[in-house]
Amino acid sequence: MLTKRIIACLDVDAGRVVKGVQFTNLRDAGDPAALAHAHAANGADEIVLLDISAAHQQRATLLDTVRRAAKELFIPFTVGGGIRTLDDAAHVFAAGADKISINSAALADPSLITQIAARFGSQAVIVAIDAKRSTDHNDEIPRWQAFTRGGRTASGLDAIAWAQEAESRGAGEILLTSMDRDGTASGFDCNLTRSVAAAVRIPVIASGGAGGAAHFTEVFRHGHADAALAASIFHFGIGSIAELKRQLGTENIPVRWPC
Amino acid sequence: MTIAIVDYGAGNLTSVKRAFDHLGETCTVTSNAAEVSRATKIVLPGVGHFATTAGLARSGVQLAIAQAIDRGIPFLGICVGMQWMFTGSDESSETRSLALFPGNCVRFPATVKSPHVGWNQLQISPSSRLFSGISDAPFVYFTHSYRAPLVDSTVACCEYGGQFSAAVERGHLFGVQFHPEKSGEVGLEILRNFCKL
Repeated sequence: MLTKRIIACLDVDAGRVVKGVQFTNLRDAGDPAALAHAHAANGADEIVLLDISAAHQQRATLLDTVRRAAKELFIPFTVGGGIRTLDDAAHVFAAGADKISINSAALADPSLITQIAARFGSQAVIVAIDAKRSTDHNDEIPRWQAFTRGGRTASGLDAIAWAQEAESRGAGEILLTSMDRDGTASGFDCNLTRSVAAAVRIPVIASGGAGGAAHFTEVFRHGHADAALAASIFHFGIGSIAELKRQLGTENIPVRWPC
Repeated sequence: MTIAIVDYGAGNLTSVKRAFDHLGETCTVTSNAAEVSRATKIVLPGVGHFATTAGLARSGVQLAIAQAIDRGIPFLGICVGMQWMFTGSDESSETRSLALFPGNCVRFPATVKSPHVGWNQLQISPSSRLFSGISDAPFVYFTHSYRAPLVDSTVACCEYGGQFSAAVERGHLFGVQFHPEKSGEVGLEILRNFCKL
């Protein structure tokens, strides 16, 4: 049976892993390469490295970090953040990424999805969507809007419609972050995840809000996520990935365990 | 003793190269027919569209591979590389393949999400050389939209909207639908077994 993936995310600024609570108040959790390898050894199914430093001069640092992390990493490795062009993507792939994740650049120019997919394959293109519940809708059917620039700017696009467009343009997976839940440790947004998962045929990775094993069970069982991503709960020792997978196993969630 | 990793413009081969480097093997990424002819083992990766394999015929690499296979050079096809060992694929029916194994690669049925992405479990044949020393029902990483049928040479099968060939093996010919270079320790063990041949 296809297992549910547990993805460890490393938010990287200037070559160091940090994790924000709702995109601010960053804490340092160490060296990206060392953490990537530690997570892989601990049972992570995949590693995502997100470069959150906006400054363009950090690109060389990022590529060096990607190279070091990829060197001895034999599980899928995704890199996102600051990829604006096909050339940017090519550099990240050459440094050792298996997939790239694009967000703001795809919203600004959706043809970028198609360009990268045509050259590197759809399996290598993840479209990341930062979704926030719309407050101007009090109706029964909730709506979410896609945000860009690290959650700072509203795109005006409906998150579900954007996920469908991303799929039609060649995205291989959707990385769906709930901005309402991100950093709160109060659980994934199962409603959002289920709505997007039902609207597309490609895998959906749920992100934002992981606080404990029960949240993962919930998002797989009720959110219909194909994978779930977390950062801080893995870095700051709330639970190791091995222990999380053992608990998911007891809940009959199919996971790769033992690895 | 050089492993030729054949580059035909289908995506990114750095992870395959890194895995062989990690195992201490001498390998070279090449699109040159003469270099492929000199290799002691040949690996054909592939993460793109089946049609990109058409470039192999144009460059003369397809002929070099076919001749090497006739000389008994061990060959490993990965993902689209394995599909290329079958008669053909619905993804690009006009593209000529190596046709070493019978059957056509087809899309996953609409009953399951496609592509098939993630870690799935294999049923392996105990006699397989590729899976020698690997425990029953290992997990490996897949990412593909087309799948090969079960054939006599299937040594690993996988279930996703029905059963399909996850690995084939006959003599010195090997193909894997999953990505051993991205399948953790199990994947490295599979590549190690290929290197030991």
